[in-house]
Amino acid sequence: MSFELSDDHEAFRSVVRDFAERELAPHVARWDEEHHFPVEVVHAMGELGLFGLVFPEEWGGGGGDFASLCIAIEEIGRVDQSMGITLSAGVGLGANPIYRFGTEEQKQRWLPDLVAGRTLGAFGLTEPGAGSDAGATTTRAELHGDQWVINGSKAFITNSGTSITSIVTVTARTDAGITNFVIESDTPGMTIEPPYRKLGWHASDTHGIALDDCRVPASHLLGEPGKGFRNFLSILDDGRIAISALALGCARACLEMSVEYAGERIAFDRPIGANQAVAFSLADLAVAVENAHNLTYKAAWLKDQGRDIGRAAAIAKLYTTEAAVTATRVATQVFGGAGFIEETPVARFYRDAKILEIGEGTSEIQRLVIARSLGLPVV
Amino acid sequence: MNVIVCVKQIPDPASPGELDPSSNTLKRDGKLILDESDGYGVEMALQLVDTAGGGEVSIISMAPNGEVSGMRTALAMGAVKGVLVSDPELAGSDALTTAKVLAAAVKKIGDADLVLAGTESSDGYTGTVPEQMAEVLGLPSVTFAKTVTIDGETLKVERQTEAGYDEVTCPLPAVVSVTAGVVEPRYPSFKGIMAAKSKPVDTVTAADLGITPVGWAGARQEIVDVAQAPEREAGEIIEDDGETFTKIVQYLDGLKVI
Repeated sequence: MSFELSDDHEAFRSVVRDFAERELAPHVARWDEEHHFPVEVVHAMGELGLFGLVFPEEWGGGGGDFASLCIAIEEIGRVDQSMGITLSAGVGLGANPIYRFGTEEQKQRWLPDLVAGRTLGAFGLTEPGAGSDAGATTTRAELHGDQWVINGSKAFITNSGTSITSIVTVTARTDAGITNFVIESDTPGMTIEPPYRKLGWHASDTHGIALDDCRVPASHLLGEPGKGFRNFLSILDDGRIAISALALGCARACLEMSVEYAGERIAFDRPIGANQAVAFSLADLAVAVENAHNLTYKAAWLKDQGRDIGRAAAIAKLYTTEAAVTATRVATQVFGGAGFIEETPVARFYRDAKILEIGEGTSEIQRLVIARSLGLPVV
Repeated sequence: MNVIVCVKQIPDPASPGELDPSSNTLKRDGKLILDESDGYGVEMALQLVDTAGGGEVSIISMAPNGEVSGMRTALAMGAVKGVLVSDPELAGSDALTTAKVLAAAVKKIGDADLVLAGTESSDGYTGTVPEQMAEVLGLPSVTFAKTVTIDGETLKVERQTEAGYDEVTCPLPAVVSVTAGVVEPRYPSFKGIMAAKSKPVDTVTAADLGITPVGWAGARQEIVDVAQAPEREAGEIIEDDGETFTKIVQYLDGLKVI
């Protein structure tokens, strides 16, 4: 039995950490303030191999395991949550559906660029009236000759409107049931709406999408007709572990910043870390980070073993994202007034954290999954 | 074109170093990493081989305990193979012995058009090993290179000086020390890290290379004492009376930086 990541994992972690601290950290505050999506950073992460980590080499990937992807997301997220979600969504929601459910031809068309970080893909599941209740999808696709005609609207779609977005995979109702379709970015009838004005994740790209008689060739149908619901649920399970890694990066950053600050900040002639109220809250935070780490990497390990991850992913996502929100609150309290202004990263993490409890399945949905796994008749 | 890069594996500067009180030398028994100042040489070598359109980059290093972690970083960046000289007998080696050992490692790999090294290591700072190695190998030595280009059989170097730079040309093969910032070292990619695991690193002893005596026995220097670096003195504060710039110019002139 071992709780340690391998030497290779740790070597990879140190490279990603170095990259994040040199290439991201000096610019994060400005990207956040200007709501700027740094395309060149996406390409740089691509060159580092981050978008291709879990995909086989035949598609330009690194042939790595899911734990490696979690390490990358955690380390990027430790410095910038916006680029962390960009990576997580780019891999899990952009490339992964094509890899998992695409035909050979579809993979050849879209996957190599997605895997290399030259392009980004988005996944259009959520609708204004269908979030947690994803089965309530009202977007509709009808076959007219050799084309599918898609009508409806999607909401909160990450990476859907960047200058390098190549595809949006959308779920839509057909006569066979919920089915997935790939829409290329410049397809007439698909309107990417103006970016949302979000509380956090300012440097991440998020849009609503209007589909108005959007026509795609029959060859853009992804996976089997009617299997769309089951397929995207399995995509979301992976995504939950990835979000857990992102939240872990947030919590770890808050712990590290708070410990440093508590050792430096003097009040009443002593470092504030000499006060039990501060020291103990950081001790509790250290416990939470340790738990979050263990739950995240256990879920990743289960996935790498080919085991069922539904329950473990829900537990990891629930615990770690709630720990991240708590961590930002604790860090802000430790920093006091300095944590409430944008001159410290603490304020940014505070704004960025809340969405972690919502995206890729809310905390309530995770509790539902876990409660059902206990055999409870919860609805 | 084949380039050999000398790299040093040093204790992580992020954690405070410790001296061994019995020998006054840096403790090197933990995990070692690639000296950041050697990343420039590795990157330069990779770029030169790339420009030449053929050949390979090899790595040589001398380190205790069979340590290859830092070498793996260089291999992950794109070097193809390495020779590590690791031998308890080497403990206490001075710069000249190190140069002899590295020169022997260069010969072991053989067929080098160019040998690159950092100007000095980040932990020892003697800044003499590349030049001594060139002497042992009987090759031209060019130091403080800020750019390196190859024109046929000729090496062209812009050599950093206090006033600017000298243009130096010399025949190949040669030993060149490169300054920090000469190029921007690449980050090893995930694929590079995975590939580095299976790249060959030949571990040899000083005796294997025919270099004796080494270590304390071969050293012509001895560290007799170490002392704390003096505390930094408080800076001078100048009240601006509208003519402060003349004092700043004077100060910089005194430092000989302008």
